[in-house]
Amino acid sequence: MRIELSKRPQQSKLFSALSPFLAFSLMVLAGAIIFAALGKNPVDGLYAYFIEPLREVWSLHELAIKAAPLILIAVGLSVCFMSSNWNIGAEGQFTIGAIFGAAIPLYFPDFQNATVLPLMLIFGALGGALYAAIPAILKARFNTNEILTSLMLVYVAQLVLDWLVRGPWRDPAAMSFPQAPRLHSWAVVPELFPMSGRANWGIVFAILAAIAVWFMLARTLKGFEVKVIGQSPRAGRFGGFSTARTIIFAFLLSGALAGLAGIVEVSGAIGRLQPQISPGYGFAAIIVAFLGRLNPLGIVAAGFVLALSYLGGEAAQIEIGVTDKTVRAFQGMLLFFVLACDTLIHYQIRIIRPVASAPPAATPAVEAARGND
Amino acid sequence: MKRTLLALAASAAVLITAGAASAQEKTKACFIYVGPIGDFGWSYQHHQGALEMQEALGGEEKVELAYLESVPEGADAERALERFARSGCDIIFTTSFGYMDATNSVAGRFPDVKFEHATGFKREHPNVSTYNSKFHEGRYVQGVIAGHMSEAGVAGYIASFPIPEVVMGINAFVLGAQSVNPDFAVKVVWANTWFDPGKEADAAKVLIDQGVDIITQHTDSTAPMQVAAERGIKAFGQASDMIKFGPETQLTSIIDDWGHYYTERVKAVMDGTWEQVDVWEGMAEEHVVMAPYTNMPDDVKAQAEAIEAKIKSGEFDPFTGPINKQDGTQWLADGEVAEEGELLGLNFYVEGVDDTLPQ
Amino acid sequence: MGMTEAILLTIATAATPLLLAAIGELVVERSGVLNLGVEGMMLMGAVVAFGTALTTGNAWLGIAAGAIAGAVFSLLFGFLALTLVTNQVATGLALTLLGIGLSGMIGEAFVGQPGVKLGAISIPVLSDIPLVGRLLFGQDPMFYISLALTGGVMWFLFRTRAGLTLRSVGDSHSSAHALGIKVIAIRYMAVMFGGACAGLAGAQLSLVYTTQWIENMTAGRGWIALALVVFASWRPWRVLAGAYLFGAITIAQLHIQATNLRDLADWPAPLFWIAEAVKSIPSQFLSSLPYLATIVVLVLISRNRRLTMMNTPASLGRPFVPDR
Repeated sequence: MRIELSKRPQQSKLFSALSPFLAFSLMVLAGAIIFAALGKNPVDGLYAYFIEPLREVWSLHELAIKAAPLILIAVGLSVCFMSSNWNIGAEGQFTIGAIFGAAIPLYFPDFQNATVLPLMLIFGALGGALYAAIPAILKARFNTNEILTSLMLVYVAQLVLDWLVRGPWRDPAAMSFPQAPRLHSWAVVPELFPMSGRANWGIVFAILAAIAVWFMLARTLKGFEVKVIGQSPRAGRFGGFSTARTIIFAFLLSGALAGLAGIVEVSGAIGRLQPQISPGYGFAAIIVAFLGRLNPLGIVAAGFVLALSYLGGEAAQIEIGVTDKTVRAFQGMLLFFVLACDTLIHYQIRIIRPVASAPPAATPAVEAARGND
Repeated sequence: MKRTLLALAASAAVLITAGAASAQEKTKACFIYVGPIGDFGWSYQHHQGALEMQEALGGEEKVELAYLESVPEGADAERALERFARSGCDIIFTTSFGYMDATNSVAGRFPDVKFEHATGFKREHPNVSTYNSKFHEGRYVQGVIAGHMSEAGVAGYIASFPIPEVVMGINAFVLGAQSVNPDFAVKVVWANTWFDPGKEADAAKVLIDQGVDIITQHTDSTAPMQVAAERGIKAFGQASDMIKFGPETQLTSIIDDWGHYYTERVKAVMDGTWEQVDVWEGMAEEHVVMAPYTNMPDDVKAQAEAIEAKIKSGEFDPFTGPINKQDGTQWLADGEVAEEGELLGLNFYVEGVDDTLPQ
Repeated sequence: MGMTEAILLTIATAATPLLLAAIGELVVERSGVLNLGVEGMMLMGAVVAFGTALTTGNAWLGIAAGAIAGAVFSLLFGFLALTLVTNQVATGLALTLLGIGLSGMIGEAFVGQPGVKLGAISIPVLSDIPLVGRLLFGQDPMFYISLALTGGVMWFLFRTRAGLTLRSVGDSHSSAHALGIKVIAIRYMAVMFGGACAGLAGAQLSLVYTTQWIENMTAGRGWIALALVVFASWRPWRVLAGAYLFGAITIAQLHIQATNLRDLADWPAPLFWIAEAVKSIPSQFLSSLPYLATIVVLVLISRNRRLTMMNTPASLGRPFVPDR
């Protein structure tokens, strides 16, 4: 048996729209099988996973909190990836952004008015951008591979944060425990609808950023430059575009957005600096960027999908008692299905079987399900 | 409940395990863990305690158990707690220091749910208790054993992060060892992780290469015990009884036994007698249990048992003066016992520890 | 056993899983495929190796099972990324997520069980040679396997026709296809080799390095291995150097921490002051040394632009669909 792909002359509009639903149906099918195999009721399991988190208002707020950093970071990464700059260090830029932003209320505790928060956000973005500038400059100047440098800087950033909150920035009232003092009320990103839940302005920033970057990519010369350089640096150079400038631009932009996400998370959702501020947002955002097909508007949708998979995972753990491991495996499979179904947008798929009697109609996704067994 | 009914409506053929009628009498106890329950360390022991509690209080008939593992100590913790509170938990145990803010904030919104936060100190609402164990009592006993057993007079100490509990442990260990051998030295390696078997094994090898002949650890995996076994030296276990990993190596182990406390607290919820507490118990209450003393001569074993008995009876406290700080200035005068409040925020070494405390 | 020898042995054990996983990923990337799922494949290898060794009591069977598990698991990536041409970066990351979850599910029963150790070999007389005896002739089998694999990959890539074919697929899949080379088939084999190597690396972790199974026990080593391939600019001997450099700095910082000032009391004053200064560095900075050092070394060696470009597989990460 062989599977053959042939490229469609243009993207299939039908499958662009259909693919997410197809992936979702496959997931439901696979999920039902897994839950049944674990001796759980599939209906309960799927309900907990996909519906439960969307049923109540507070949970929608939480969804927004979880999706905001993913979207913010992924939008920036889309520009990087589109221009073939493999920034996989967004986690580090997130961390440094949080440190830079939170430094203002920590160093000037008496400076309390309406300008604190905007300054913090700017500093956060600045911090992320500066940290992203390291791999960018090393790549542009010394041709150093950015995958390695940006990844290594993640570990360094986390150790810097660790040192700060255990040492110089430790809250004297925290009984020697590692955490910085709580941010004062001026330094907190306000909640959107405090009556019904915790969601803050972060999600608004994320969606605005997505729209802005979408516009930049789709409608401006800069966006064109990014895409040309990404596809063919040579063609870009003939067009008068500078590769080095694009590298710096893409890294600074994605670093700034990751840094912004960092300070928004610390100021809005957590309330203080502590050793752990991110459950791996910087890495999860890479998945979000590709799930969203590197399109900032698609990324918004993808961000919510991934956020839902975290919330649903928790609901499934509580309601039907599957373990965290099952949830992770489930999440990995969900991504596989989405990725596999997107293939249909660009390609026609034919399955060639040596045995004539075999049913020819098996979809590739069924194959994917088999591969997952 | 509403959810259950909805699910029932959604499919006729559903067989819901938690029947609607019995849900009323059951008590729901919920746990949130910072690591995977398969870490064989901190989270594992808490989960063992939870299971022990369920067993002790009448099994699944009486106590419904729910848990979330590997919950990051950031924005996720608050969401996880809120979900717990809304899903009908009667009592929620939050088992890591980093859940402190989230615990208090959710507790404020759900005054009818009881919250129990491990190792924290904030109780902003009447429905929040805090609990912790005096692990340093066990460390002192280990120190005494090490003082007798070490021929080199040097022990290796694999530490995780410089938080009071760990610093207290190092101090207690050194005080115990120096009560036997005044020249006893300890080599401290900060692994900057709770949980990386490879790195813990590396640290153990490095310490042994540098001449220590006893290893003690305040990280969670059994890797140091195994390395010690291979190299033929002695070691102390951590969090659980690690004798299986070093039958001829383990001297004893400090076992975190949370089962007693969990049983007591969930029972209080069942009886309607739950009240806010701030608990810091040790060997006397069996929150800290020493694994059997093995692989040592009888006289050392007797010494260890003697000191354990003294601590249990309250006759002796490991932090009893005279004790100087590392720089030689006086901390506790002769006969003075350290205050619990000060210990819980301890961030300095006592005299005799040759290491720079990461600040 | 002398101190130097002991230190070198410790470094070798720490470097071996990195080397194993990285040398496999190097072959994958040389064929033009970027599989970021190394961490997930390592975990699958670790848990299957541990379980097999535990149930059969034979560590060698465990090692073999680990390699097979890694290879089989990598097929999942292969099917998506090669057959269905999904995005390789995202697919690899999803593979890691799946690997973390699946290995945890499989390993639930193994937590808290002492495993079966694959012991060091010992050749009489030879292992007793001072200084180098243990180092060359008395280590665990995985150490030799990792070196043999490195040598084998070097020979294969640069001395054999098949290796040339593989490299040409990585450099330009369309030209290779035009020459009648079966691009997808070769990439499948490379991906499986990478999976097997990652599985071996995992097996080393759970049967040699620590002899136990704990969820997520790789603790990020898969990512370091990925970085090492880049660090090595896709050359096998540099992977070897990188893995050992990384291991050496990791161990060195532990040695700095374990050395007490009173051990150095007899050092002459200026040296002692330096030691004192080094000891006052926060441990977090010492922990970050391996990462910083890797960056610095990479910057130094990547300044020769032409040489770097020459070794980078030009088709790396690009999807390939044969046209008929």
